[in-house]
Parts: sequence; structure tokens; C-alpha cells
Amino acid sequence: MFSNLDLQQLIFGRLSLEAIPYHEPILLVTFAVVALGGAALLGAITWYGKWGYLWREWFTSVDHKKIGIMYIVLAIVMLLRGFADAVMMITQKALSVGVNEGYLPPHHYDQIFSAHGMIMIFFMAMPFVTGMMNYVMPLQIGARDVAFPFLNNFSFWMTAGGAVLTMMSLFVGEFSRATWLGFAPLSGAAYSPGVGVDYYIWGLQIAGVGTTLSGINLIATIVKMRAPGMTMMKLPVFCWTTLASNAIIVTIFPVLTATLALLSLDRYVGTHFFTNDYGGNAMMYMNLIWIWGHPEVYVLILPAFGIFSEVTSTFCSKRLFGYTSMVYATMVIALVSWLVWLHHFFTMGAGPTVNSFFAIASMIISIPTGAKVFNWLFTMYRGKIRFETPFIWVVGFIPTFVIGGLTGVLLAVPPVDFVVHNSLFLVAHFHNVIIGGVVFGLLAGVQYWFPKAFGYKLDPFWGKASFWCWLIGFWTVFLPLYILGLMGVTRRTQHFEDPSVQPFLTVAAFGVFIIMAGILAFLIQLFVSYLRREKLRDLTGDPWDGRTLEWATSSPPPPYNFAFTPVVHDLDAWWDMKKRGYDHPLEGFRPIHMPKNTGAGVVLAGLSTVLGFALVWYIWWLAALSFVALIAAAIIHTFNYNRDYYIPAEEVVRIEGRRMAQLAGRA
Amino acid sequence: MSKPIRPNAYRRSILSLTRRSARGLALLALAGLLSGCNLVVMNPAGDVAVQQRNLIIASTALMLLVILPVIALTFLFAWRYRASNPDATYDPDFHHSTQLEVVIWTVPLLIIIALGAMTWIGTHTLDPFRPLTRIAPNKPVPPDMKHLTVEVVALDWKWLFIYPEYGVASVNEMAAPVDVPISFRITSSSVWNTFYVPAMAGMIYAMPAMETKLHGVMNEEGDFTGQSAHYSGSGFSRMNFGFRSLSQQGFDEWVAKVKSAGAALDREAYLKLEKPSEEVPVQYYATVDNGLFDAVVGLCVTPGQMCVGEMHHIDRTGGAAEESEANRVRLDYDNRRLESGDEPSGATFPASGRPPQGSVQPQGAIPRDQHLGRGGVNAPETQPDQGQGNALPGAEKGPAPAQLNTQPTEGHPH
Repeated sequence: MFSNLDLQQLIFGRLSLEAIPYHEPILLVTFAVVALGGAALLGAITWYGKWGYLWREWFTSVDHKKIGIMYIVLAIVMLLRGFADAVMMITQKALSVGVNEGYLPPHHYDQIFSAHGMIMIFFMAMPFVTGMMNYVMPLQIGARDVAFPFLNNFSFWMTAGGAVLTMMSLFVGEFSRATWLGFAPLSGAAYSPGVGVDYYIWGLQIAGVGTTLSGINLIATIVKMRAPGMTMMKLPVFCWTTLASNAIIVTIFPVLTATLALLSLDRYVGTHFFTNDYGGNAMMYMNLIWIWGHPEVYVLILPAFGIFSEVTSTFCSKRLFGYTSMVYATMVIALVSWLVWLHHFFTMGAGPTVNSFFAIASMIISIPTGAKVFNWLFTMYRGKIRFETPFIWVVGFIPTFVIGGLTGVLLAVPPVDFVVHNSLFLVAHFHNVIIGGVVFGLLAGVQYWFPKAFGYKLDPFWGKASFWCWLIGFWTVFLPLYILGLMGVTRRTQHFEDPSVQPFLTVAAFGVFIIMAGILAFLIQLFVSYLRREKLRDLTGDPWDGRTLEWATSSPPPPYNFAFTPVVHDLDAWWDMKKRGYDHPLEGFRPIHMPKNTGAGVVLAGLSTVLGFALVWYIWWLAALSFVALIAAAIIHTFNYNRDYYIPAEEVVRIEGRRMAQLAGRA
Repeated sequence: MSKPIRPNAYRRSILSLTRRSARGLALLALAGLLSGCNLVVMNPAGDVAVQQRNLIIASTALMLLVILPVIALTFLFAWRYRASNPDATYDPDFHHSTQLEVVIWTVPLLIIIALGAMTWIGTHTLDPFRPLTRIAPNKPVPPDMKHLTVEVVALDWKWLFIYPEYGVASVNEMAAPVDVPISFRITSSSVWNTFYVPAMAGMIYAMPAMETKLHGVMNEEGDFTGQSAHYSGSGFSRMNFGFRSLSQQGFDEWVAKVKSAGAALDREAYLKLEKPSEEVPVQYYATVDNGLFDAVVGLCVTPGQMCVGEMHHIDRTGGAAEESEANRVRLDYDNRRLESGDEPSGATFPASGRPPQGSVQPQGAIPRDQHLGRGGVNAPETQPDQGQGNALPGAEKGPAPAQLNTQPTEGHPH
């Protein structure tokens, strides 16, 4: 029986040297750039002897601030990957008209649009949002860390592990061609055999563990760790949106996990949940994936709304207008977001009453959203507006976002959706709200909180250049796409027969390069600001005349955030403290209890990534081994009792003394 | 007494004139750009699509009632309350106003109530499953008028149209007489697509083992295009078809032409047609096997296959007990691509048998250089699916093993 045993298959599963696309120039160049860049980075770290520093201070850190920064670094790296996909897609579209074929054959192009969507949502927007929430929320509620610091580190590395596995598909094998949501029955074993969809599944499953756990963690932090006096109705709006966003996360990510688990059962053991034959039901997949997928967009947009609220109120030097209605609006949006998933497939043939229910539920979301926009407007009304870099994003955001809202409500009308569903009009709409809402919000957030994290402001010139490129670039790309949608042009097409679409696609391709200039300007801004950091230095910890508690501590904050937990009397706690003539305490410091760093998160996530890779390539021995090792490592970690330490009082005195000297030196 | 003309006023009027003409020019340019293209969604040829277009316009107008003031107020407030403006009132404690809050919540609410009512009515009257009651505004369907039935099958990657009343079929081209309501029965053979003729009516999914319906009518003669809007694999981008809207006489001639074409669409011909292929030229079939469409929906065109409905019936009557295994084998459908060696729609390495991310065309796709008489990036260096030439020395030729779990076991009946 062992005579026909294939040794190579036993050891390497489906993996062979052929899996590496060394014959494909685009991939080869990409690989060379990544390899050279990576080698240069690793070389530099080794040369400067920074490995120990990185391991001790960053990789194993349980400090929410460092984890937040690592999330955002991951997001920016993945933004570059997802954006490269976007550039390839639009240039292919602009070239491939009539007899011209462009440069990407269909099966390569299909992988690119699948990867673009999946990476931008799961590995750009999600880590970016999670990073913001991680960094800012504990500071805003006057906490010293999140509720479960180790879990936080573990969550980050799981997200990073999922990203690594997804990126691996670029150089080992291929990625899924079954769209960013893996629509069945196309994503099933019969129609998408090969490693593509398996990369997709395991990349998401690993990252999903991180997202769910981080959701639980942040909810627990907000519920249990607010500073004394901070009742829920004195919670900063960004924390409210964080709470709503994470409440959605913990309810929807299990649905995603279960859906993908069913899909993997279909693919690995031959069940028939979503197949055409044997009573499988692909419509169920459509429902399940959108039950996750629709609330997901509110996971992203709500924190962005929170950022805009904080930025608007700070730079208008005015309390947020209609705080209470803002809070209720947030919670109503979160609640209704669970009830609208069917609007993604009105065209699947549900009856008119079902379609109308979901249509009207979707429109109802625009009421609290509209109220929010009016609240920002009336915060500006009778304010004293400083047009610093974070605030100009608000002025760009409101007009852009309301137009995205208009086209969104339009798409929520089923008879209208029948004519523009899955067209470039739809593509333009969701980019309008995701770029115009989420990305603008996150970039405003970076400009706003960067001085808190690093102790110096970002260079305003390059910041404004980046803003204008993003805004103009966005409209140059997506206005033509709206028009193309009304010409009946559908999405995910790699080639066009009709030459009249080419001018619009060319304009859109041009716009993508304007956005690219915006991204470059942002990266230059980081670099230039680092060089000019002494000029841009802020010693007060409160460079914008802020209102919430994160501005009460130094920039960057000490590991323990606050030497004494602040007591809150009013919304906009720090503004209130400043008004009442707050004095920094100078004595009475006590040792501070803190969580200790651990490498367990890196180890567990690393093993999970190996497990994912083994499952993708059917390397069963490695899958079994890494699974056992994963369980063992988790059990061993539970025996680690050395989890906390005290920062001695003298150390606190020293840190706080230095801050006092800085403040005095400035005054 | 005439007022002296202030030089400033004059300059201002010139300024406003140039500004206005600049805006006019921009509008003209936009209109010029737009006239070059065919905004088919905004300018359709069928009554259903016209009503859908009207809904787009009405909803947009309704929403602009609140969107335009918001945009204007954003710029106005941002400008008026800039920190450098000494004339602006600064009131840091203005953070609540019950009257304003009521307005803020009521205005969107009222608009959504109006829009919701429009949506409820529009969704019910324009439900694609509902037979048409009118051909055009003020032109109800006469009670004795016969609807044209067209059965649509989305194949990998072309469209099959069956005319059961005429016993003919066509590929990648359909025709219909103007002002006659058309009832579509729609399904698909392998993965999902949408059936979409932008000029006629909205789209609806084409799904295997399921049947959807669409009702539409054309009010103008002409040649239009239809397409799929739901991604379905390698040949998706080229899955277009011609829609010929003809006079009654023209339509009769078209049917006669199809009838004279001679070929027969029996089950064998269907199974051959069903295999993946791309950019298939228009084909006509003079006869169509009886009940072909229902067999496609039942996944049982292949001789010996059990139809899905039959299994449902067996299940309803309590199951087949010991014959179940035999039935199971007869229900196997999705694996037919892997078993026959045709590349499945979304195959990736190693199951595709092609090197990863290479430039070799997937099987089923027409090499473009043959089709268009020129070389292109897709010109395969080797014959697709024949071993790729750039495989390692000693590597197995031919398609690499597919998913291990879907390897065919011996002796399937088809």
C-alpha cells in the first residue's frame, strides 16, 4: 500500500518550485524591490544593533501606545501594497480597450482586484482604525493601559500574521480570483481549485482572531477603566464611536469566522454548504458574508466620525454641538447597521416587500448620519476656527462624504439599484464613503495625534500638499467612474469593447497618480518632520489647545500615561481642568503597577501563520506539528506568572520632574 | 438723478461675467464630454428602465434639498468663523439648542419618509418578477396580448437564449419585437452572473440550480448590448451579447433566419456549448430539445443525471433508503469541469496547470492573436494545458493535481 506513496507530496504537499513566479517580469521586479528593501532594512537594524531594542521595546511590548503605533505602521505598509494593486487595475482598464489587450491577462487581473479589496479593508483600514483606537482611547479615558494588555499584543501579531500570509501569495503560488468576499459557488472547490481561495481563507481567519479579541479588549477597557467621574455621558465622542465600533466587531466577526469555516469545510472535506449540487445554497453564503460585510463598513466609519468630532471641536475652540444627539446618533447607526445587509443583493430576487424593508432600513441610517453632519456644522458655527492641517481634512470631508451619502441612498432604492448594481457607479460610491470618510478621517487623525505620540508636530506644508492631492485626486478618479456607471459599465472587467469609455478611464488613471502624489507627500511629510523635529517640537503636551484628557499628559506620554489618575468633572475634561487652573501635582508619587512585556504573542501568531501556510499547501505534517505547538505554547504561556512589575516611585518622580522642568523652561 | 457708476461695480460685473462664462464653458465642456458617450442608464429605450431612470432623478432631486445647503453651509461657516476674522461672533458655550436639534433630526426624517414612500411604491411596481401591466406611459398591456417568453442561460462565458414559443435558440444575440412585453426565465450553468440589458430594464442574478424572472419591454428599435455584472471567471469581461430590438416584421424575419440556420440544440450540443469558451461568435439553432431549460435548472442535462427536483421529491416522500448512494452519484454536478479536464472558472495554481501569475491564457479563452490577427501579451508561448515549457526539468507534464479532495474516483456515470 505504501508502494505508490509520493514522497514529495508527503513532504511538500502541493508546494513545488514551480509555485514561485520567477518567469513573470512584474512579479520578479516586485520581488527584487521587496527583497532589496527588506535586506536593506534588516541590514540596517543589524548594523545599528537594534534587534534587541526592537524585540524588547516594540515586538514584545504590551503598552497600548506602542501597539497602536505598530498597527498604524502595518496599515501604511499594506496601504502601499493595496494602492499598487489599484494603480495596476486602473492602468490596465485605461489601456485595454478595443483591440488593445493591456498588460494583465484576466486571471492575473482577477487576483489583483480580489487582493486590492481584501487588503484595503482587512489589512489597511482595519489595522489603521484599530491602531487609532488603541492609541487614543485609553488616554482619553485616563487609563494606564487597556483591560487585557497581553491580549492586545497577541491581537496585533495575529493581524500581522494574516497580512504576512496574504502577502506570501504574491511570491509563492497565487491569490484568490473569487473577489474580495469570496463569493460562492465560484470560491468553492469545484470552481476555484488551487491555493488562491485557501490563502484568502486562512489570511482572514488568522487576522479575524486578532480583530475579535481586540474588540473584546477595547470594550472591556471603556466599560471598566474610565477615570473616576467620567460617566458614560462624559465619555469623549471618539470613545463612544470606539465602543460602538467594537460592539459591532464582536457581533459580526464570529459570523465571518463561521462563514469561512463552512467554506473551508466545502473546500477541504467535501461538504456542500455553498455548492450548486447536493442541496448546497450559495444564496446563504451571500447572506452570511454580507451580515458580516455591511456592519463592517460601520466598524470603519464610526471611529472616523469620532476623529472628525474631536478635530472639529478642538480647532473650532468650542464644545461639540449636540453631544447627546451625537451619542444617540452613533448608537442608532450601530444598531441599524445590523439590519441592512440585504441591500447588497437586491438583485438576487427577494420579493418586493423584503427588498423594501431593507431599503428603508438602509435609508434610515442616513437620518442619524445627517444629524451628525449638522452637528459638525453647528460646532463650526460661532467657533474660532484654526485651519491647521488636521482641520482642513474636515472641510474636505463634509462635502465629499455627503455626496457619497447621496449616491448611497440612491443605491438603497431597489429599482435604482437594479440598473447600477455592480457597476462602476457602485464602485465610485463605496470609494466615495471609504476614502472620503474613513481614509480622510484616519489621515486627519494622524495629523492630529502625531504630536502626542512623538512629541513634535508634522510639517504643515507637506501635510497640506498631501491633502490637496488626495482631495483633487479622489474626484479625478471617481467622478469619471460615476459617469461610466451611468453608461452601464460593470465592475471587475479587464477589457472593454466600447472605445467611448476610454477617455473617462484615462482621466481616472491620471487621478490615481494624483492620489499617489498625495501618499508620497504624506511619506515625505513624515521624513521632513523627523528632520525638522527640533523646530516642530512641542514640550507642553498640548499643542492644539486640546479638550480631552490625552492632552493632559506629556508628549509622548510616559509608559504609565498619568502619574495620578485624573478626576473628571465635565465633558471635555482637560478643557475644564485648564479653565479651573489645574496644577500638575509635584509630590506624593507612588510606585505604579504595570503589565510586563512578553514574547508569547509573537510566538503564538508566528505558529498560527505557519499553520495557515501548511493548510494552504496541504503540508499535513507541518499543519499537525504547528497546531500541537500552538496549543502547547498557549498552555505554557498560562504558567507564566511573571506578568507584572512596579515602576518605582523614584522613577516616577524623575520622569515627572523632567516634565515639570520642560513646562517651566517653556513658560 | 442718475447714480454715478462706481468703477468697482463695473469691475465686479465684468468679474462675475467672466466667472459665469467660465462656469458656462466648464458646463459646455462637460456636456461635450458626456455627449460623446452614451449614458444609457439615463437615456434608456425600454419603459421599465425609463421608470428606473425617473426614480434616479426624483430621489437625487429630493436629496439635493438637504445636500446642497449642507455643502454651502460648510464653506460659509468655515470661512465666516475663521480665527482671523475679527467680525465673527465667538461663542464657545453654544453647544446645545433644542429648536436646532429638532430641525436637524426632522429635515432628514421628512426627506426619508418621502423617499421611503417612493421606494415602497417603486419597488413593488418595478419588481422584476411582476408581469408588466403597461408598455409605455398611458399604454397598458392589452389583455389579449401575448408576452414573448425568452429562456436565458448564462454559460461560461456566453449567453444562450431559448425561444420556447418558436422552438429556436441563439447564442450571444437575442432579438425581440418592440412594444411587446418580454418574460425572461433566467438561470446559469456553473457560477453566478447577472443578466443585464441597461437599455431595457435592471439586472437580476442568473444562478445555477435556480430560476429568476425578469420582465421588460423595448419601446425603440435598435441594436443594444447586454452583459453580465457579477464576476464569473476568466472570460467575464467578454461576456457581452447583442440585443436587437426589431419591428414585429423584422423579428419574424430574424426568427426565420434562425430557423434556416439548421443546427439543432439537443442535449449533446448543449453539453458541448456549455464548456468554457470565450468571445463565441453569434450562433443560431433551428430546433431546441424539449425541456432543455428545465433540465439546465435541474442540473440534469447530462444523460443519467438525476434532476434536483426529483431528489427533492424523493426527500419529501421520506427518502430513498438503500438507493441513496446510487442517487448521490447521479446528483454530482459541480465536479464535471475537473473530471473532464476543463479548467474551472476561478482556478489558481497548482490546479490551473499554468505557472502562477504568468501570461499564458487560461483554457477556454480564445487566444487573442488568432482572433484579431495580431500578437498580444496573451499570446501563449506554449499550448495552454499541455505542460508549460517553463516547468522544471523532470516535472510532470499536463495539468497539476487539483484539490486532492476533488480528485475523481473511478467510475462516475458521466
